[in-house]
Amino acid sequence: MADGTIPNAGVAAAEAAFRAAQQRKKWRRRLLPLAGVAAFLLSWAFLVEVLQVPPFVAPSPQAVIATLVAKFDMLMRNLAVTAMEALAGFALGNLAAIAIATVFVHKKSAEEAFFPVVVLINTVPVVAKAPILVLLLGNGMEPKIAIAALICFFPTLVNMVRGLESVNPQAMELMRVLSASPREIFFKLRVQNSLPYLFSALKIAASTAVIGAIVGEWIGSTVGIGALIIQATYNFDTALLYATVVVGSCFSVLFFFAISLLERMVVRWQAPVVG
Amino acid sequence: MNAQTIAPAVACRALSVRFVTERRTVTALENVSFEIPKGAFLSLLGPSGCGKSTLLRVVADLVNASEGACDVLGGSPEAARRERKLGFVFQDAALLPWRTAIQNVELPLEVGGGIKRGSSPTPRELLRLVGLEGWENSYPHELSGGMRQRVSIARALLGSPQILLMDEPFGALDEITRDRLNEELLRIWQETKTTILFVTHSIYEAAFLGQKVLVLAANPGRVREMVDIDLPADRNLAMRDSEAFVRIAAHLRALLGSC
Ligand SMILES: Nc1ncnc2c1ncn2[C@@H]1O[C@H](COP(=O)(O)OP(=O)(O)OP(=O)(O)O)[C@@H](O)[C@H]1O
Ligand SMILES: [Mg+2]
Repeated sequence: MADGTIPNAGVAAAEAAFRAAQQRKKWRRRLLPLAGVAAFLLSWAFLVEVLQVPPFVAPSPQAVIATLVAKFDMLMRNLAVTAMEALAGFALGNLAAIAIATVFVHKKSAEEAFFPVVVLINTVPVVAKAPILVLLLGNGMEPKIAIAALICFFPTLVNMVRGLESVNPQAMELMRVLSASPREIFFKLRVQNSLPYLFSALKIAASTAVIGAIVGEWIGSTVGIGALIIQATYNFDTALLYATVVVGSCFSVLFFFAISLLERMVVRWQAPVVG
Repeated sequence: MNAQTIAPAVACRALSVRFVTERRTVTALENVSFEIPKGAFLSLLGPSGCGKSTLLRVVADLVNASEGACDVLGGSPEAARRERKLGFVFQDAALLPWRTAIQNVELPLEVGGGIKRGSSPTPRELLRLVGLEGWENSYPHELSGGMRQRVSIARALLGSPQILLMDEPFGALDEITRDRLNEELLRIWQETKTTILFVTHSIYEAAFLGQKVLVLAANPGRVREMVDIDLPADRNLAMRDSEAFVRIAAHLRALLGSC
């Protein structure tokens, strides 16, 4: 194909320019968010200072950072509990959703019978489910795990069913021309097709699982990020409250990025989103 | 053995296909009879909705005959499908986006009990046959429409099927690419000696490729005429300007006009 109409020097220059542009884009993507965070912190500190906000209403960023450092061990101990609950709920809820989606795809009658029930349960808000589950499962980790699992379950189920069912009809006919068995169709076509759908659900679940665990801890818990939030609020310890929230969010973000990384390793075929 | 070699590749006898839906019953094909010998190249030409795709799908055992029958290689379409004697090329290539070009070509080896490894060409050789050497590890989204369609042809050729069914494989391509692929398809047909049923909307494509053209009429889908194309077997694009070709094209257009 290379018939020499483009001189090689031109190609090299174009490639060099492309690489330089890529490099610039990479730095922009790293530096601009950092600049945004810095600007936010600075204006926060400035406002607290100028408006003379009392510490029991809102802390200064310096006070939050100081608390983060001073109470680091205590914060991490509580995070460990919440993280365990969130991860266990995440695993449980998603595995259940994947299993049930698999059954639904193979047995249409099961889908028609049980999908309405699932939708009904999903319409109950988390804050309403939490007390019910605490009464059912006691005051340990179990109700928190159950809430985190429930909150992950629905989006994954819906996406997984859609992913397993929305295969290209011509690919389906191709499998039939090749006399593929239902098992081969499931693993070679449906499962692969569902992966992008699954991961978009898992990324949502990564943050909602943490929220579920925290909300669960609001009801009569003594350890965990949720319990710490309640205690700090009652004590007007705003610096601790903010520090706890920061720790919880950092964990959520890390969890989200871990799933995104996994997605990039597993789903390699999608065309990069342009723009 | 002898009966096998004499049996035509495809023989339809009074074939009718009806689709019953809630709103109406569509007669996609009515009383269609024709026969083509092994190794032939048959073009199927007709207006939209005249049942061309349906006919291919009956041969591929994707749709059942309502009345009459269609014999494929001397047996039922199902037997031919189970014995993996059919290759199907879809209009939109139908490649699996999570597989590279070569992995897509390898798919027939992995499903339906695989393919008996004989003297048939390997996936790599088939990609070379369709002019995609060096693109083995590219994903479909990294290939152009024409290249994707070539991968799909290579996949259909794996296991040396005796019949290749092609449903408007080049319909979505620009004319230049389409011309090039038409020439390549003729070369592949001559090299592999497989029987080809080729659906198209284009009079020129039908006449340029086919030894015979089956012209279908719509509502209900039925055979208008089986036209023999009297052109030398060794064809090239320049031939489309010859007087003989122009006459054949005019005849086909007249047939379509009176559908
Ligand atoms: N699965 C189906 N269910 C109901 N009707 C169908 C089905 N498949 C095809 N038909 C109908 O059968 C008729 C023939 O369809 P077919 O797809 O074979 O036409 P075609 O000649 O391939 O048309 P085109 O050139 O537009 O692809 C059409 O009227 C179509 O609506
Ligand atoms: Mg069609």
